[in-house]
Amino acid sequence: MALTKGWGVRQFKGQALSWQVESGVIELALHRNPCNELGSLSLVELEQFASALDDLETESHALIVYSQLKSGFCAGADLRELYERSLTMEKSQAVVGVRDFLERIHRVLNRIDASALTTIAAIHGVTFGGGFELALVCDLIIADKMARFCFPELRLGLIPGFGGIPRLKRDLGNAVVRDLLLTGRSFNTTKAQQIGLVSQVVGEGEALRAARATAVQIGKFDRQTAVAAKDFIKPIPHEELRREIDIFCELFSRPAVQSGLKKFVESTDAQPYLP
Amino acid sequence: MNMQTADQTLDEILNLAAAHFKVPRAKLSPDEDFFKALGIDSLQTLDLLTRLENHFHVELPDYELQGVSDFRTLAGKIQARL
Repeated sequence: MALTKGWGVRQFKGQALSWQVESGVIELALHRNPCNELGSLSLVELEQFASALDDLETESHALIVYSQLKSGFCAGADLRELYERSLTMEKSQAVVGVRDFLERIHRVLNRIDASALTTIAAIHGVTFGGGFELALVCDLIIADKMARFCFPELRLGLIPGFGGIPRLKRDLGNAVVRDLLLTGRSFNTTKAQQIGLVSQVVGEGEALRAARATAVQIGKFDRQTAVAAKDFIKPIPHEELRREIDIFCELFSRPAVQSGLKKFVESTDAQPYLP
Repeated sequence: MNMQTADQTLDEILNLAAAHFKVPRAKLSPDEDFFKALGIDSLQTLDLLTRLENHFHVELPDYELQGVSDFRTLAGKIQARL
């Protein structure tokens, strides 16, 4: 683990993600091929980041989360890993493993959601499932015009498991949540801005630049005031998040999920996310 | 009032696909399987969908495009939303 402790955990370069601090802005970069799928390796490194946040917050005012991969921000949970692991164990064991994974990633995402920093997701390309949920923990989403968002989980017989429904419900209207969740359709940045999800739309490849400019602006404000404002307006929906884990685990134990995962993992279709 | 014809829509799709995926325009025909003609994978298919939505200023729910694999049918789906 390449963790540099001497500067208060100011730099880290892992296999799935890296971070560094520059002028009070933490940049958390995702770089696990093919599209930053969130599996056990990503989780361990995200936990390291969450631990480092205690120190990082004392010397920073903003966090930018972005992807270094051309393919997109994040395609969501690592379904291949989920499927392959579930094959090697009894169903009851698999559900226990899934619950443990979900509880750990919820701790990380809740930590980032409640961070004293002003957080920005700089989005391009595919932002699906768990990737969409990672973006939703951030205070602001800045997306380039080629970004695409989706909650495809119902196609697998599941619901989003990384806090997506409660956070989307917190930030947008319930009707919007139902539309995106129950149709499973993907939608572009223009639509995302229309429904109030995306705060800034920028040209292709310009999201990180715009996020950096926004972080500079954020740095001009008194931190104590900014923290008080965020704390007031952005409560963490803890009860619904707990319920989401329970529902996910209940659904995960059904045979339909296993066959849905198998179909997805083995698909050579150009549109494997469609049922 | 939109006066764009179905043929114009089809032509614009072919031009856009050829330019972005760097395939000679003359090699693309309306009834061809665009997955094969463009050699695109699932992520590139989403990229094409987004480019078409941005170009035509329409929303194309992906379930409406399920099973659509040729340019002409794709043009019909877009034309219906113009």
